[in-house]
Amino acid sequence: MRFSCVVFFLAACCLCTAHSAEISTAASTIICAPDQPGRAAGIHAGDLNIFHSASLPAHEIRELAWLVIAISAAIFVVVEGVLIWSIIRFRKSEHTAGDPVQVFGSNPIELAWTIIPCIIVFVLALATVRTIREVELESPPAGALAVDVIGHQWWWEYRLPGAVPGSTVVTANELIAPVGRPVWLSLRSADVIHSWWVPRLAGKTDLIPNHVNHTWFQAEQEGTYLGQCAEYCGTQHANMLLRVRVVSAEAFDAWIHAQLQPTAIDASVATGRAHFLQLACMNCHTIDGVSSGGFGPNLTHLMSRETIGAGVAPLNPQTLRAWIDDPQNLKEGCNMPSLKLDPAQLDSVVAYLLTLK
Amino acid sequence: MKLSEHHPTIPAEVSKTLGARLHGWAVTVDHKRLGIMYVCFGLVFFVIGGLEGALMRAQLAQAAGKIVDPATFNQLFTMHGTTMVFLVGMPMLLGMANYLIPLMIGARDMAFPRLNAFGLWLFVFGAILLYFSYVGAQGLYGTGAAPDVGWFAYAPLTNRTFSPGSATDYWILGIMVSGFGSITTAINLLATILVMRCPGMTLMRLPLLAWMMLVVSVLVIIAIPVLTGAQIMLLLDRSLGMHFFDTQNGGSSILWQHLFWFFGHPEVYILVLPAFGFFSEVIPVFSRKVIFGYPLMVAATVAIGFISLGVWAHHMFAIGMSPALNAFFAASTLLIAVPTGIKIFNWIGTMIGGQIIFATPMLFATAFLGIFTFGGLTGIMLAIVPFTWQLSDSYFVVGHFHYVLFGGTVFGIFSGLFYWFPKATGRMLSERLGKWFFWLLFIGFNLTFFPMHISGILGMPRRIYMYQPDRGLELWNMLSSIGVIVQGLGISLFVWNVILSLRRGKIAGNDPWNAWTLEWATTSPPPEWNFDQIPTVGSARPLWDIKNPTDPDSHQEVQA
Amino acid sequence: MSSLSHPALPTEVWRPARGKVGMVCLIAAESCIFLTFVVAYLFYIGKSATGPQPAQVLGLGLVIVNSIALISSSFTAMTAVKMLERGAQAKCWLWLALTIGLGSFFVVGTAWEWAGLMRDHGLYPTTNLFGTTFYSLVGLHLFHVVVGLILLSTVFVLGVLGWVKPRHAGAFDLVSWYWHFVDAVWVVVFVTVYVIGR
Repeated sequence: MRFSCVVFFLAACCLCTAHSAEISTAASTIICAPDQPGRAAGIHAGDLNIFHSASLPAHEIRELAWLVIAISAAIFVVVEGVLIWSIIRFRKSEHTAGDPVQVFGSNPIELAWTIIPCIIVFVLALATVRTIREVELESPPAGALAVDVIGHQWWWEYRLPGAVPGSTVVTANELIAPVGRPVWLSLRSADVIHSWWVPRLAGKTDLIPNHVNHTWFQAEQEGTYLGQCAEYCGTQHANMLLRVRVVSAEAFDAWIHAQLQPTAIDASVATGRAHFLQLACMNCHTIDGVSSGGFGPNLTHLMSRETIGAGVAPLNPQTLRAWIDDPQNLKEGCNMPSLKLDPAQLDSVVAYLLTLK
Repeated sequence: MKLSEHHPTIPAEVSKTLGARLHGWAVTVDHKRLGIMYVCFGLVFFVIGGLEGALMRAQLAQAAGKIVDPATFNQLFTMHGTTMVFLVGMPMLLGMANYLIPLMIGARDMAFPRLNAFGLWLFVFGAILLYFSYVGAQGLYGTGAAPDVGWFAYAPLTNRTFSPGSATDYWILGIMVSGFGSITTAINLLATILVMRCPGMTLMRLPLLAWMMLVVSVLVIIAIPVLTGAQIMLLLDRSLGMHFFDTQNGGSSILWQHLFWFFGHPEVYILVLPAFGFFSEVIPVFSRKVIFGYPLMVAATVAIGFISLGVWAHHMFAIGMSPALNAFFAASTLLIAVPTGIKIFNWIGTMIGGQIIFATPMLFATAFLGIFTFGGLTGIMLAIVPFTWQLSDSYFVVGHFHYVLFGGTVFGIFSGLFYWFPKATGRMLSERLGKWFFWLLFIGFNLTFFPMHISGILGMPRRIYMYQPDRGLELWNMLSSIGVIVQGLGISLFVWNVILSLRRGKIAGNDPWNAWTLEWATTSPPPEWNFDQIPTVGSARPLWDIKNPTDPDSHQEVQA
Repeated sequence: MSSLSHPALPTEVWRPARGKVGMVCLIAAESCIFLTFVVAYLFYIGKSATGPQPAQVLGLGLVIVNSIALISSSFTAMTAVKMLERGAQAKCWLWLALTIGLGSFFVVGTAWEWAGLMRDHGLYPTTNLFGTTFYSLVGLHLFHVVVGLILLSTVFVLGVLGWVKPRHAGAFDLVSWYWHFVDAVWVVVFVTVYVIGR
């Protein structure tokens, strides 16, 4: 009788392992409805749930995750069950006298609870290796769009191939990607370690100085996918936000085309442009044909972006003005200083930047 | 049975002046006094580290919190992690072992008593050095800056370019000095366990705590020097302009990660194995049953020690290692679940068929079994490389390691403190307050750390001083923050309990728990020389043999 | 009263000597520190962006003479311990002096080599990764040689003053263990720096 529970426990372990695949399918259906197209509409952009995958590698990870969760849940239920049962069953009662029978151990039982975990571990290791091979690619998938990602304290630089070979689109903080096509990211860092993590598209991969890493995704639906830097990288690690806009192939081509257009020179903002060149702005920021700084984001097509400051605020004339006035108000500790412009200078620079569409 | 007829009161001590008494503590080489000082320092830093954690939770209770600024928050999580690992976990566990091991193996003191005192004061000096940074260090934003590079201090963020000033140097030196203290204490414990055993105490009759401390000592001796070596390199980089981790001159940030985690993962087992040792003493005594499968427990401990040296890179699954390396470290990490599982099963096997008495030490031990099972299983999830590509550096990981380190180490420490407090002070802690403390801590703990798993799954990274309001994280973070208040109430009760019980607690007597190991054979508190006569033992439970002359454990061995 | 043992069981247990356990542990811990520097050295072989590179500047002549001096000092140390055990104190101090002399020769020789590297080749710890790893690894070892020499000299001075007796041979033996360790590490450092890394 004393060890009937142990036998039950071992049997339950075996059963759960054997049926873990079915259990995981059931669990995933209940807790997280599988990826039907209609469902995506219900997910808002702020949803970063790793189980609401919307891209190939994220799907693979999700399926493995459910398998592991199911096996773990089964083990959890069994062990906690036995624990709670023994707490209730073997609590010392008033009328027991003397010590219980001293059992020093049992070779068969101890052998069983050594070997069974070994088997479970072996199954898990096999499943892991299989998914690693599927997700961790050593070379880009066929037809992939190759994008360079460069992490900076505390913003992202993206470099995409232009329409003609040799031309490059340089943008910051927002990646525009075509739907249904693999995107192969080459990750580098300009300073410290960062990590690129858009949970619904792919797991995280670090951006390491002196070292190139790769990751990839293949989004199934158009939409905005958010994420943020996942390796502590200094003061404003929390506001190094990621934004991936997945658009149709046509929209993507149109966007590339627009990004390759030279900056319009609008005579009405010549003062602002002059200020941009005279003040320190040009030391850090590139505007094609105007300046070529490398420390800050490329501003050539600034106004095609949705946010400012690597996602700290939506981009509009008010936030742009506030940002240039003193970036430290919106993003304390960021590397862009307040240039202490007087209101007239501020207005003219903002007016100029607003023309960079 | 009594191995010491000495009276527990120390009239000579009481009659001394305060200065003389303090001087006595400062110059002591008695392992018991040193152990008590370790525990007291550890508790002080536990409160400090806890307050740092509470401040972070206050900041994160709401989206875009404004209680502390980003620089302060980054210092808080750096100091919280560093404090809890190096200034709470290490001194508390090594200190309790320091107190207990000589008593449990029937020795008069540690093998090297003066080295023992040296180790304590190195630790205290290192701790003061680290915390002096709050006053004297230069950081990114002026003087009075604590280190802000994280407890893992990844290169190249620690480079002078990105961390100017001296705050990072305080981190390096404080931890290095306290690390030397840990190494000397580990050498001392290892020598004590091997050399100072009383007659008859063969290795297979050692109390399990002594076995676990033996393995922990070996791990400390292997792992801490690697951190020290890496810190020397970092110090050379920062002070002499060398290039070990200087990525702008070809240095590698990955090398730092390998070296750090080669220390860092065994460190986790260094922190949890002593707690396993406490539970291995508490669970049998309060189940009134001998430990189930002693030899397998020893084997599992040794196995954990070995495997823990080969799993470090599972902290680095996101750095883009080759698939083969990823698979290797996944497999080794999964493998370590086997001996850990064996331990859990053997403890439950000890409880099954017993007559369990739920005094406070046993409450903590039982709760540990439940919590650690959960933490172990989330650990398995984190060994699954692709899953970890999503989970690593998210709040899921924060939840996971608090389940193992709080649910394991801290619960172990409190279980041990309630169990051995009577031995060290001669008075019992209040059971009524103890039970209140347990339930508040248990509920507060789960309320704080369970929701973190969900925050992580919802995409919340670690070490962020604020999160965006539109991500569905508010509820979970609020729950975590409320949990901290509950825990804080519990800890206050514990402090109150200690103060009250020291003055008015029930007199313990030699053996209040009717236990079986040698420390309960001497007076409470023991005399400076521990035992009037060095005992001779015939089993792992010498006091059981005395109390049950018709059915001694030694009989088992004779038959075998 | 104090015997809790079953009379049928032996009470003798295996107990190693305290000092030996302590010294072995110290050597193990030190080995791990060295291991990190050796790993860093191996990791950075050939990764210096700028010169000088090891093959251009590291000569073998001087270092082989140095190595012979250091390795033979292990044997002289061993002999010195044996002499003390036998009670031949005067011979012990002689062999010990020889050990200290050989060790000092190694220190001076290394200093000579370093001076040459700095003067003739402009190789400083800050020059490149090779300089960083070379000076730190060899320097860490050199530091241990100096510590060893201080220990040996202490024994020598105490011995000449007549305070070291044959019954102290055990403690002296432990000091010699440390010295052997320093020598053994040199073999590893030599292979790393002058064989693999060159």
